[in-house]
Amino acid sequence: MFPWAQGVKITSNWGENMKRVYVNEKWCLGCRLCEYYCAFADTGEKDMARALKDIKINPRIKIEEKDGISFAVNCRHCREPLCVKGCITGGLSVIDGVVSIDKEKCVSCYTCVLCCPFGAVSPSESGAVQKCELCVNEGAHPACVKGCPNAAIVYEDRTEAKM
Amino acid sequence: MKIYPEYEIMRNYDKCINCRACENQCANEAHEFLADANKLVCDDTKCVNCHRCSALCPTRAIKIVKSGNTYKENTNWSNKTLNEIYKQAESGGVLLSGMGNPENFPVYFDKILLNASQVTNPSIDPLREPMESKIHLGARPKKAERGADGKIKNNLTPQLSLSMPVMFSAMSYGSISYNAHESLARASAELGILYNTGEGGLHEDFYKYGENTIVQVASGRFGVHKTYLNSGAAIEIKMGQGAKPGIGGHLPGTKIVGDISATRMIPEGTDAISPAPHHDIYSIEDLRQLIYSLKEVTDYTKPVIVKIAAVHNVAAIASGIARSGADIIAIDGFRGGTGAAPTRIRDNVGIPIELALACVDQRLRDEGIRNNVSVVVGGSIRSSSDVVKAVALGADCCYIGSGALAALGCHLCRTCHHGKCNWGIATQIPELTKRLNPELGHKRLVNLMNAWKHEITEMMGGMGINSIESLKGNRLMLRGVGLNEKELGILGIKHAGE
Repeated sequence: MFPWAQGVKITSNWGENMKRVYVNEKWCLGCRLCEYYCAFADTGEKDMARALKDIKINPRIKIEEKDGISFAVNCRHCREPLCVKGCITGGLSVIDGVVSIDKEKCVSCYTCVLCCPFGAVSPSESGAVQKCELCVNEGAHPACVKGCPNAAIVYEDRTEAKM
Repeated sequence: MKIYPEYEIMRNYDKCINCRACENQCANEAHEFLADANKLVCDDTKCVNCHRCSALCPTRAIKIVKSGNTYKENTNWSNKTLNEIYKQAESGGVLLSGMGNPENFPVYFDKILLNASQVTNPSIDPLREPMESKIHLGARPKKAERGADGKIKNNLTPQLSLSMPVMFSAMSYGSISYNAHESLARASAELGILYNTGEGGLHEDFYKYGENTIVQVASGRFGVHKTYLNSGAAIEIKMGQGAKPGIGGHLPGTKIVGDISATRMIPEGTDAISPAPHHDIYSIEDLRQLIYSLKEVTDYTKPVIVKIAAVHNVAAIASGIARSGADIIAIDGFRGGTGAAPTRIRDNVGIPIELALACVDQRLRDEGIRNNVSVVVGGSIRSSSDVVKAVALGADCCYIGSGALAALGCHLCRTCHHGKCNWGIATQIPELTKRLNPELGHKRLVNLMNAWKHEITEMMGGMGINSIESLKGNRLMLRGVGLNEKELGILGIKHAGE
């Protein structure tokens, strides 16, 4: 760990009933509505059409699709997140089990983008990285979960699951 | 001759964000993304008006509207009539349709009003007082008998117990998807009611829901074997169906794939065309033979239902069935749904269930055989008030089909026979069937039925009735509005104000 990042907690407290976003490819229709609801989630706009009209979205959840199988991929909020370990500035940290970003600290070195085995961290328009933070500011359920028409994305506590 | 589409897709480009959900959700390929123009366009001719796109559009940019393009106004030669002629002149074929009769015939349920208690007889508040919505189906014993020990003997024939007077009607695995069947089966188990296999046999995965399953034996005898017959709570002999009285079921070969072919015990890709009659039944005596064959194979442990379509002399037929050894008669009215029927038959054959029910109940009472059987009615029971009115007209229980499918997402576009149901119900295409997640589907059915149960007890309470059994055949609780003497006479009810 880099000396200037000391004091950053890198092990998330998974034992404490943490809810996570889980995906089930059996029910994923590849409709990509999760991507759009994600992109809309923190725009601050009330109207989705106004927020996303004529914009190429850059969502934090992405549909992977091949040979008729599709599923959504977003941050797994790992127990020992490699992105947090790799972060050179302390811009990534684990807050209440959620791998979170401090955009002020991010220097856009994209080490985390390279580290993440799921491809769940990506550069945002501002240059700082972006990733799923479980809509912690949005309320009870993440936008992708609420927007999925077939319950292929669920928000559940599966504490016995190991990453 | 090109026919102008009946419905048009209206896209509001101010709201469209090019998410392309409409495009990837339309199995009819009515939407297309033009990359060079960076916009989505629609082909109205491919639209079946199923509302999948409009329901999923995140910005509500899509609506489907009735086309304003009309031929010269003519009460006799309507747009629809002319278009059907153009279609048949082109194809030379029989017109096919899905779901129930949509034509403008009277809906008697909508011309019947319920009673409520005021002043002289107390109404009951179902939130504060117990209410019984439980029912039992089967023949009632003729008399109470005592054994040598002086205690009352159990002389009951096999009965079905349901938590409320509703069951899901017969829809075969094949006509609807595996996931639709799973939703119905799981919802029935959770609700304590029954669903019906239809004539497609029972998928081995669903044997575990046997206590909540009615297994059907129809003229095609698809999927019928000893284990199947013994796996359900009751057996239904399907003599007829409200959507197409006089003809058998039709399942196109395109839907007979994989497990469906195995479950039906017929080769993949063959059309499953059930014979119009049962070839071994030409009389009530023949029917009795089949009833007792089925009772024999199940060791007299299961009630046998005989399902008929509501037709002109339904009362006489029901009277015969009530003497044939059947435990339950199911009557399906002319508005009953189907996965595929010739349009002319669907729209012109059979009679309304309200009249059929009233005349059957009356006939069985007059002949003193009403307690030989329970009576179940279907053929467009759309709401809890339809259930209450049907029970008051004399039904023991109602079958709901179209209403259950609507809870699963069906928008009644009436193109089930195309096999490309965008809601994952009436299709066997894997990409489409996965659109119905039984986890959501069964919950929606449970919600709908629980809501109806609440409403039924509210209406009963209003009438001062605390048990659904006390409402059965209680026609004094009904009044007609705008009905003539003949209609009131058949329904056995008074006019409002009388």
